[in-house]
Amino acid sequence: MSEVQAPVTYVPPKARSLFEPHRLVLMAVAAGLVFCMAWFMRWDWLPRYQERLIYGVGQTLLMLFSTAIVGFLFAVPLGLAQVTGPRPLAWAARGFCTLIRGTPLLLQLWLLYYGLGSLFAQYPEIRSSFLWPYLRQAWPYGFAALMLSFAAYEGEVMRGAFAGVPKGELEAARAYGMGRFTLFRRIWLPRAVQRALPTLTGETVLQLKSTPLVATVTVVDVYAIISRVRQETYLTYEPLLLLALIYLCLTGMLVYAFKLLENRIPNRGA
Amino acid sequence: MKNLLKSAAVALAVSVAAFAPAVAQELKIGVAAEPYPPFSSPDASGKWVGWEIEFIDALCGEAKVKCVVTPVAWDGIIPALTTKKIDAIIGSMSITPEREKTIAFSDKYYNTPAAVIGPKGQKFDATPEGLKGKILGVQVSTVSADYAKKYFAPVVSEIKEYQTQDEANQDLAAGRIDATQADLITLQAFLDSDQGKACCETKGNVKDDPEILGAGIGIGLRQEDKALKDKFNAAIKAVRANGTYAAISKKYFDFDIYGK
Repeated sequence: MSEVQAPVTYVPPKARSLFEPHRLVLMAVAAGLVFCMAWFMRWDWLPRYQERLIYGVGQTLLMLFSTAIVGFLFAVPLGLAQVTGPRPLAWAARGFCTLIRGTPLLLQLWLLYYGLGSLFAQYPEIRSSFLWPYLRQAWPYGFAALMLSFAAYEGEVMRGAFAGVPKGELEAARAYGMGRFTLFRRIWLPRAVQRALPTLTGETVLQLKSTPLVATVTVVDVYAIISRVRQETYLTYEPLLLLALIYLCLTGMLVYAFKLLENRIPNRGA
Repeated sequence: MKNLLKSAAVALAVSVAAFAPAVAQELKIGVAAEPYPPFSSPDASGKWVGWEIEFIDALCGEAKVKCVVTPVAWDGIIPALTTKKIDAIIGSMSITPEREKTIAFSDKYYNTPAAVIGPKGQKFDATPEGLKGKILGVQVSTVSADYAKKYFAPVVSEIKEYQTQDEANQDLAAGRIDATQADLITLQAFLDSDQGKACCETKGNVKDDPEILGAGIGIGLRQEDKALKDKFNAAIKAVRANGTYAAISKKYFDFDIYGK
């Protein structure tokens, strides 16, 4: 008579104590570093730039969220077109994704800003139109470049996610009599997003770290503010260390927010 | 926390490397890595040419030191000097009280006024009244940027800061800014180009303010390198006296850039 085998389940290691010796040493080193940074470096400029830094962080976040949200809205049809679209549409979507993913973002941004932006200026019709006050500014070009980039990368992620939803689930939905749109809205899209969410977290963090590029076309984000601090105080390490810390905090918050989102989506029984 | 630790450790390693003493065999002369014609710009083969490059050759020959032209990004050129990545800045840097808090300067070796240029067909001059409501472009970390912030910031609609003057000129031609302020000679070089001829014209020099615009262009040096400063000052005097300075200048300019 054979014994009934217990199901093998994964048991996560218990949260270990913070007070293990090697952790204490690491914490002491960290505290020492922070102390050295505070004691030996110059931070007297911080209060003067405080307001501008907060404004800069706001601009960075605005750039990140606006481009990520709009970019994602474009990514869904891009992914869908590649999976089920008619041939020409699928090719167009694939071509777009390859083009954007195959060239540096900085190049795209400068092509848009210095290329397209200068081209606009040559047409008096555009220059005298109501759009010109916007087109002569820098942020629309920064927004467009970041948004297109996010759309292309996420389009590729969504293509994989759409293709990876098990056929059986879609067939079951069809058997229930769901129409194409209902099926997409209730089953296909939510399942694809759920599959793509861990990747989306990483991609959004990458997007955050792409935002400083817009500073090269005179959009004032937190990176541009820090550059100004460097130029006006002739300090190098202090502002850059602060910038690193700011991006680390923003990344931490992003990852945490996405984790909450992931936890809200039920995983079992799906 | 681990990430923070890692970045802190990297930063520490980087700063230790930067503060290691440089072995002084030859003088590293820092010039702005961005083209700044006609003073210093790379030619088609990547070799640095221009008035200032010839001036460096003449000066180092006179001072009997071996010099190597080292391009450094303009916005980091003063930290590069103080951390000994370079030994002197000969990059059209104005002598200003603000900069003198951090570095030392030789005597001036040229002095030209700052000017404002704008699109053809628009009539305004280089005064706060003239620039009212306009978008003004400047290069970061320049005396023109400081001047614009003090005199024009209250009246203009926006001051845009560019990494290089070249980008400000591009945006002026593209109509994204209404005017740009910079050293007259650099602006003249742009106005003489095809693009500059087509779009823009000078709107006049700005009212002088030595406190901000500085007392001319000097060689930037570390404050402790007093011997080097004396050496360069003597060399500037010598090339002025023996005609080398005038001979170099004649190739590039039709007036005396040394100023009064």
